[in-house]
Amino acid sequence: MSEEKIKIEVRNLNLFYGTFQALRDISLQIPEKRITAIIGPSGCGKSSFLRTLNRLHDLIPGAVVKGEVILDGRNIYTDSVDVVELRKRVGMVFQRPCAFPMSVYDNVAYGPRLHGVRRKRQLDEIVEKSLKMANLWEEVKDRLHERAQNLSGGQQQRLVIARVLAVNPEVILMDEPASALDPISTARLEELIIELKKNYTIVIVTHNLQQAARVSDYTAFLLNGELVEVGRTQEIFVNPKDKRTEDYITGRFG
Amino acid sequence: MKSADFDQLNHRGEGRFPPLLLNFRTISRKIASATFFFCALFVVATVLSIVVMLGVKAVPFLNRVGVWTFLTGTEWKPLRGHFGIAPMIAGTAYVTLGALILGGPLGLGVAVFLAELAPSRIKEILNPLIDLLAGIPSVVYGFYGITVIVPWIRRIFGGPGFSVLAASVVLGVMILPTIVNVAREAIAAVPDDYREGSLALGASRWQTIFGVVLPAARSGIIAAIILGLGRAFGETMAVVMVAGNMVAFPKSILEPTRTLTSNVVLEMGYATGDHQAALFATGFVLLLFILTLNLASHWLTKKGVS
Repeated sequence: MSEEKIKIEVRNLNLFYGTFQALRDISLQIPEKRITAIIGPSGCGKSSFLRTLNRLHDLIPGAVVKGEVILDGRNIYTDSVDVVELRKRVGMVFQRPCAFPMSVYDNVAYGPRLHGVRRKRQLDEIVEKSLKMANLWEEVKDRLHERAQNLSGGQQQRLVIARVLAVNPEVILMDEPASALDPISTARLEELIIELKKNYTIVIVTHNLQQAARVSDYTAFLLNGELVEVGRTQEIFVNPKDKRTEDYITGRFG
Repeated sequence: MKSADFDQLNHRGEGRFPPLLLNFRTISRKIASATFFFCALFVVATVLSIVVMLGVKAVPFLNRVGVWTFLTGTEWKPLRGHFGIAPMIAGTAYVTLGALILGGPLGLGVAVFLAELAPSRIKEILNPLIDLLAGIPSVVYGFYGITVIVPWIRRIFGGPGFSVLAASVVLGVMILPTIVNVAREAIAAVPDDYREGSLALGASRWQTIFGVVLPAARSGIIAAIILGLGRAFGETMAVVMVAGNMVAFPKSILEPTRTLTSNVVLEMGYATGDHQAALFATGFVLLLFILTLNLASHWLTKKGVS
């Protein structure tokens, strides 16, 4: 991936939960405005890896990160990094669609309000733009002030994406975003993810190999906390270099 | 499984067991379920009989005096036939409200601390202490009120010390365990998805608590407040000991007052005839109010699980 501009560079990353080592010496590069998929069997550390990219492990007692995650040339694990600012730049979408217990509008406006946007006009604009980018505007424009939890699972997941887009991030992390959705909602979500690639760097964790093959440009295969192989998605799926990658992709384990 | 299926299973089973054994099993099962059914019935019957007992004494009296006169009458002179409980309703309202103002925010603060912030070592100390607080007999709270709170109020604010304020302070502490436990459960029941979703947007821990977690736990928190309210409303002993028990509308929180429950317990010993019936009617009013509160909190707690 030499021709790509690198957005995030991970160097010798190790993650410990107490005495358990969840990630071992991971080094990889995440190119800008591309979709990088992280695949691997359950418990291989793919979600853990994702959470090191926006320092969500800071909250877990006993979790220790060693190594470097360099975002635009700056290690996010130095003391001088403002975690709030970091999470604004690196947004995250979780496995279960989780609309906050408030209106659709307030859900999207939640982030901008946190970061000091107060004027109604400006908020209206951000909400509309974010919902449009998340392909949700047409469905909810007449019920912006209804409870967001009345939306369907697929709609809620797009709402969560709109909520992330509203704080204008550069990177979006997605942790199995379609695993709780039906096939039609999943298809819509995948379309959206590919559209978002134009403006955002996306890292997506998925246990669905077809999904990784469909949407991603690059794929990294994790196994037992180790990075086995990373490369162009096509190469990984068609012509894997490592025997373990081949076994996993052809369904021999995991 | 429908009961018809059960019966079929039994019939099919009959061939496989000696009839005597099967009969023994069937009979013991029937005895067991009947026993538990009567246990449950006993509870229902007790509640009903309390309502009926109060009603039988109170309703004829209320009919004679008039419900409205009874509730809004400002004069309580039972020996002269004046049965107005408005001053006691006001007393109860003041004291309960005072307890909520003091104990509500404090209890919620403790609940938030325990559910969201406290390291587990502090939780291990604090949780049993709060349970202990719930287990202290109310007469002990009364003693504490008399020996500490009342003199303290007298010294700082003047007046008799026995007052709405004294009762509010004591009740405020007494309702803490109820509010803390119910609110803490409600907050802890909020899925982590909410917290992570908010933190991942760059919210601080506090912004997350106030912006997402507390709104998500709202109905449980309201239920906690209502249960606390019910506890304060019905408490008798500690209030009798510190409130001063004068039948009058208190003009300030430093004046003595008498609550509905105090009224019953203070006069029941010597009341006869209409006087006694009036006290039963007071109890009836209390019961209806508590019932409403409990139903409200029950409904809210159910609604809260979304």
